[in-house]
Order: sequence, then structure tokens, then C-alpha cells
Amino acid sequence: MHKDNEKMKSEIIRRSGVNPSKCMRCGKCSGTCPAYDEMEYHPHQFVYMVESGDIEPLLSSESLYKCLSCFACVDRCPRGVEPAKLVEAVRLSVIRQQGANHLTANDIPEMLDPDLPQQAIVSAFRKYTK
Amino acid sequence: MQVNEYRPLIVAFCCNWCSYAGADLAGNNRLNYPADVKIIRVPCSCRVNPMFILRAFQRGADGVIICGCHPGDCHYTSGNYYTRRRMALLFSMLDYLGIERERTRLEWVSAAEGAKFAATMNDFAETVAALGENKRLEDLRCKK
Amino acid sequence: MQRIGVFVCWCGTNIAGTVDVAAVSEALKSEPGVVFSTNYQYMCSQAGQDIIKDAVKEHNLTGIVVCSCSPRMHEATFRKTAAAAGLNPYMVEIANIREQCSWVHKDMLTGTEKAIILGKAAVAKVNLNTPLTPGESPVTKRALVIGGGIAGIQTALDIADAGFPVDIVEKNPTIGGKMAQLDKTFPTLDCAACILTPKMVDVAQHENIRIFSYSEVEEIGGFVGNFDVKIKKKARFVKEDICTGCGACVEKCPMKKIPNEFNLGMDNRRAVYIPFAQAVPKVATIDPSACNMLKSGKCGICSKVCTAGAIDYKQKDELIEEKYGAIVVATGFNPISMDKFDEFAYNQSRDVITSLEFERLTNAAGPTQGKLLRPSDLEHPHTIVFVQCVGSRCDACAEKGKEYCSKICCMYTAKHAMLVRDKYPDTEVYVFYIDVRTPGKNFDEFYRRAVEEYGVRYIKGMVGKITPEGDKLKVQASDLLADKQLHIDADLVVLAAAIEPDKTARPLATMLTASMDTNDFFTEAHPKLRPVESPTAGVFLSGTCQGPKDIPETVSQASAAAAKVIGLLVKDKLTGNPCIASPNELMCNGCSSCERVCPYGAITYIDKEFPQPDRTVAVRRVAQVNPAVCQGCGACTVACMSGAMDLRGFMSSQIIAEVDAICK
Repeated sequence: MHKDNEKMKSEIIRRSGVNPSKCMRCGKCSGTCPAYDEMEYHPHQFVYMVESGDIEPLLSSESLYKCLSCFACVDRCPRGVEPAKLVEAVRLSVIRQQGANHLTANDIPEMLDPDLPQQAIVSAFRKYTK
Repeated sequence: MQVNEYRPLIVAFCCNWCSYAGADLAGNNRLNYPADVKIIRVPCSCRVNPMFILRAFQRGADGVIICGCHPGDCHYTSGNYYTRRRMALLFSMLDYLGIERERTRLEWVSAAEGAKFAATMNDFAETVAALGENKRLEDLRCKK
Repeated sequence: MQRIGVFVCWCGTNIAGTVDVAAVSEALKSEPGVVFSTNYQYMCSQAGQDIIKDAVKEHNLTGIVVCSCSPRMHEATFRKTAAAAGLNPYMVEIANIREQCSWVHKDMLTGTEKAIILGKAAVAKVNLNTPLTPGESPVTKRALVIGGGIAGIQTALDIADAGFPVDIVEKNPTIGGKMAQLDKTFPTLDCAACILTPKMVDVAQHENIRIFSYSEVEEIGGFVGNFDVKIKKKARFVKEDICTGCGACVEKCPMKKIPNEFNLGMDNRRAVYIPFAQAVPKVATIDPSACNMLKSGKCGICSKVCTAGAIDYKQKDELIEEKYGAIVVATGFNPISMDKFDEFAYNQSRDVITSLEFERLTNAAGPTQGKLLRPSDLEHPHTIVFVQCVGSRCDACAEKGKEYCSKICCMYTAKHAMLVRDKYPDTEVYVFYIDVRTPGKNFDEFYRRAVEEYGVRYIKGMVGKITPEGDKLKVQASDLLADKQLHIDADLVVLAAAIEPDKTARPLATMLTASMDTNDFFTEAHPKLRPVESPTAGVFLSGTCQGPKDIPETVSQASAAAAKVIGLLVKDKLTGNPCIASPNELMCNGCSSCERVCPYGAITYIDKEFPQPDRTVAVRRVAQVNPAVCQGCGACTVACMSGAMDLRGFMSSQIIAEVDAICK
């Protein structure tokens, strides 16, 4: 594994508290994911790519913001890998950088959907901005 | 016998089923280790009473090593687990008494690990030799 | 004072090459107790042994030290020599000056020096040796088999065929176990009942076998060769010896809505029932929790219709006490509960079933007479989804599921899928797998046939969620190879639930003082070399109580356990190892520390009377070691706070003498 990749991997693992090498590649996370079709990289691929240090493509992927943080994958993973926490850790490493907010508060009103639960809006703020 | 170089005195307790057999295997394969190591055979590492170790130190041993089966492989199912706990306590007490931690060791050696046995003994003898003579627990009254 | 003879072996040049053997025998001459010391080329040869025998007679030796190869090599040889010379064999000690001296040291000087020290240690030990005699205990020539599934049946038949009486204890009203519930068996697809029921009949008719059905083991005492067992024969309210199994009572019983355990609750039975047509013993049993007569005294129909007069509402639990020489555990397995797997909707839809339920559903004697109809509306399912590894191979920290692979699911799922496609080619069959594990004779071929000949669609991936919607089950799953999420409208979903040891195993292990792993599987004495014995002497393991197994493996293990039992029962007496723990009763303070560390349950406490100097008698609690059970590990000797417990052959004083000799 390349040195930079190694470093990034250990950073993601440290931040998420997830051990991706526990994965047995069953794909239950992707089988359970409600946002699967929206995502470029699916939960099981997230785990695999972090495990193999291939994190660069994840950083620039829209998938980071498509994950609903519903934690269904975390709940159902038989090996206790917690893929959503990995997604969150990768997302944090992007939006924590200067000016890297995915959304600003001003963008939100026009995106609002009357059916959207309040909880999702709050969670979006948490997820997409510093 | 006049020996110029200081050689430590090391007592090794080996369980009959794994480590003693491992020592035999080291012999079969002619793997050298220092003659400073003298082995005492016990049925199981859990037979090693901490008293025996204190006694050895009292009588002038420079190092004591206890060898047992790997955890989970004990001939008596759980003997080495007792050893592990007892030795943890004993070692911390010896530390308190001022005996260097390096003078005692607990090692798992299976009957197939002749090479590991020899390597362990070489390493241990070297470590103990580097520490020099053990003066702390020797009972002066026993010294002739 | 001992009279010790020292015999130093050259072992050709093996020892003599690096050790000055003459110097060793000379140096040891002056050790305390030594009255004779010599060296010889090959001590283990006939001539060498004769030297020892002659010396014993000539010098009236009471102890022998042989400085030679490892005791693991020739200790037994020299003990026999000592015995031949009229000496107690345990008065022999070996100083290992070959493997642990001459072979590992190159220098003659250090080699000789160390050999002398090792010899001194052995002499110091022999000075404290005492003659030991191995204990003997008689063997009760009867075996107990706990569990009447295929494992228990096979073990019992093999032991009984060898001529020993066997009792089978089965908690259910009939023997047969899980195999009786199966439909076909992989990889040959012969029907389980066709191969099992003849064996059940053999058991019933065997003159050496007694079946205690509807019974449980209540208490186990004693030790190898001499177990005392109490068996509770639960009241079945039917006289077993009179009932003909005609079923008239079953037909007339008005209580019709009791879930039928044998069909896993997929249909109903009566309050009085015979689990299945080929049950052994074929007698009716009244379920006291459902019977009106037993609950309120109102009914009594079964008693009226029984022409044999077998019904007995006043029957009580019966306690049977019996002695056994050996005990075989064959308690088997159960599928785990699906309650915690909400995502699979097992509790929301009747059309989500476990594989064992599927077995009943396709069984000709099952609730649908073998027609594949889904439980909710008895319609023929057109799309069936099989989910593998449900609860198997889970993380140790996860709250649901088991860490291990249940081993049998890959094969039975292939079997189920194949059978469905064979009988109903219009059915779509999907199998979601993580890995397909088929190690076994003709196993992979079987799985390939399911795919290639029967067109079962194997999809690498896992089902994430099942949602019942109308009469369909919406299955959402991943297809990892196609990198797609699949949505399948299924009619029936079959979950390959993990298997776990039966719940009765844990309390039984406690009674037997047999060890278990964290998953409640019984531990074997050695994972490779003693796979059918428990570390507890006289307790043997048969079938899935030791770990997940399929039928062929279970049967081989059952026969292996039987062979071990027979090997034990043919002996008239058991000769123990004399190197066992022995407490000094006068020093014992009755603290129970030794009892708690003993891995074999060899230590018990008794109240013993001790005469006092003033001629009164004091009663004190003291430890007792059972010589037939103790294996001589010595764990108790260190745990003993008062120093009362010692290990014969490896006494504390002996080991300290060795330490002193080495450190001198």
C-alpha cells in the first residue's frame, strides 16, 4: 500500500473506530441500504476500499452525501463492521477542510420538501457542514 | 572449577507434556543453548508453586523461567491459565522485592517448538547474564 | 535413609561424546544416600538392565537414578527393570543428560558439570521418593447414553452389539431426534426416515438396550467406571408397557389446537399424542398443560376409548437410580431463535420460515403431506428465496448470532433448492450466499448439480431486508458480482438459521463436571487426537453436542465414542495413575480452594472425625481426592493455602530438593 494511502487509512480507522478487516464480504450492508441506487460507491465498497487504502476516489465521490446516515447497515452487519461510521469518517475528512462545506444554510430553503422530517434537516446540517 | 567468565544460574520449570518435550526436541535437533539452564520436570506448569521460584532465588538462582503449553493446549485443559494468573501476581511481587523483572519469565513452548525452546533459552540466558549476579534474595545464612 | 544406586549411560557416544561419564558416576558417589554408582555403554540394553537388577540385589538398593536419555523415552523401561528386581517402579528417577545436556552442549567441561548437577538433582529427589501403588477401581459394565438422536442411537447400538447393556435417556416422548424431522439427506437424497427408522426399531428390539423416553438426567455422582445416576422418568399418564400405540385416544381427544412440536408448530396435535407414526417407543403421551382431565378433572375420554386400559391420570414422575461405567453425551442441537433478526421479518410473516420448518413442509409426513405449500395461504410458491448464514459467522461482540460456521447449511440449502426445482420446475429459486462451503465426499458435485442441472440461481450477496407486502415478501438484497441491489417479490423465504447446542447441555455439563466452550459445545480431551472423549474421565462425546456436524460425521463420531466406551467397559478394573494429589488431612483447613481449581471435579469434602488428645472427637471438614478421577496436574497443590495438598511423585519437598541441588 502506498504510504499516503496507509496514512489516510489509519486516520479514517482512528476517526471512525471501525475495523474494516472484520468484514467477511457478505454484502448485507449493501443489501439493506435504502440509498443504494443513489450511491456511486456502495457500503460494502466503502469498507473494502478503506481496507485496501483506496480512499482517494471516495473523497471526491457524491456518495459521501448520499448516505442517509440511517445506520441500517450498522445495525444489520453480522460482523459488527459499522459501514456508516466509515462513510461518516471519510465525509468528515473532506468537510473539515477549509471552505469544504457541502451545503450552506442559504441553500437549504429551496431544497426543502414538506414531507422531509425535521430530524433529517438537522441531520443534514450535521452531515454536510462543519 | 575456575571459570573466568560469569555464567548465570538458571532454573527452568518445564511441563511434562509440552515444554519438556519441546526441550527434548531441541536436543534431538542438536540446537545449542547455554548449559546454565537446568530443567526441572513438572507434570503441568500449574504445579509450579511460587514458593519454588522464591526458593530458587533464595538459593542463588539468577533467573527462573517457567514453560508451559500454549493457552488452550494444556494437557489438563486449564492448568496453564492458573499458571498465567499466579505468575502475574508473583512477578509483580518480585518486582516489589527489587528483583529485576527480566529475571523471571513465563513462556509457552509446545512439544513441536524445539527451535523456540532453544531460542528462548538463549535469549533468556543472555538477558540474565547481562543483568549480572542476583544478590537480592540470597539468604546470607545459607551461604557457605 | 535410602540406598541409592546411580547408573550413568554412555548411550554410545551420544552422551559419552560430550559428557565425561566416568567423572559423573564418580562425582555422584559421594552424594547423600548413594551407595553404588557405575556407568555403562547402553543402560537400556538387556545387559545394562541386568547391571541394574544385580546392583539392586547386591547392594539392597531402595532407589535408582539413571542418568540417560529423556524420561519420555525410557522411564517406563527402567521402571519395569526396577519392578523386575523387586523394587517399587516409582523409586526410579531419570536425569536427562542426553536431550537436555550432551546433545545441546558442545563443551565437555560444561557438559560434564551440568550432567553432575542434573544427577545430583535426581538423587536429591529419589531421597524423598516413596513407593507408590496405582489405585484400582471396579468398572460397572453398563453405559448411559444421554440423547436419543442419531448420535445416541448409533452409539447405543454399537455398545450394545459389543455385549454391554446400554440405557438411552431421551427427553422427548420418542427417540429419533432431529434426523426424524428431516425429509431427504444430502448428498445422496435418500429419505431420512427410511434410513433412520429401521435403526430406531433395532434400538427398541435390542436385548441390551433400555430406552428411557420422556426422561431427564436429574443427578450424576461418582466417577469413571462408577457413575451413580438419577434419571427422572416424567409422568406421561399412559402406562408404557400396556399401551399398544393404536392411536384411538388420539383420535377422540377433544383438545385439538395444541401446536405440534414435531412439525415445529406448523400444524396442531391433540392433548394426548404420538409424535409421529414411527415413534419409538410407540406409546401415547398426555400433555399435562393441555389435558382437560389433568387440569380440571373434566373429560376422561381417552381413558374410556382405550381398550387396553393404559391411561393412568394418577401417574407420577418416577426416579430411577442406576450405576454406569461410562456416560456418552449426545444432546444434539437446535436452530437458533430468529427473534432478534427483525430485518428478515420472521415474526411478521408465516411465509418466512427456517430450514428445519422447510424440511417438515416438504416431508411426506409433514403438515402439507409433502406438497410445497406456503404456510400463510397454502398456495404453491412460485418464487422462493433461500438466505444462507443467518446467525452464523457473526461477530463475537454482536448480540445476535453465533461466531462459528454452522457447517451444514450450505449443503441442506443446495438440497432444498434442488428438490424444489426437481418437483416444481416452474419455481424460481434464489440462493443468497456469502461463501458456499462444501468440503465432503460428493458435496461440491452435489452443489454444482443444483446450479448446472437444476438451474438454481446462486447469488453472491446477502439479503438486507424483507418486507411483507400483500401476499408477497419484498426481498431487498445485494448482488455483489453484478454490483446491483436486487428487489425480488418472493412467495416464500427460507432462512438457514445457525445451529446451537441444546439448552439442556449446559446444566448437564455442570453435573458431569465436563468442560464446555463459550458457545456451550462440549470440549474434547484433545482437539485432534482425542476428539470423542471429554477431559473428564469416563465421559464421551457423540454428535453435535461437540460441534456442528452433518449426519455422516455424527455417525462416525458416535461409533468412535462407542469404541472408546467399549474399551473402557471390557476392563474389569481401572488402574489409575499413582502420581495424584493427596491431602494431609491433619493440615487441611477445609477452605475448598483446591475443589474450585480442580479441572476434573476429583476433589470433594467430607466431614471427618478426628480423635483429640483429650479423648474427645472433633469433626472437621477435609478434602478427599478421588484417585480414579485425579489426573495429577497439581493445580490444587498450589491453590492450597495450608500446604496440605501435595502431589505424589512430584511432592513439593521433592521439587524443592531438586531446586536446592541445582542451586547449590
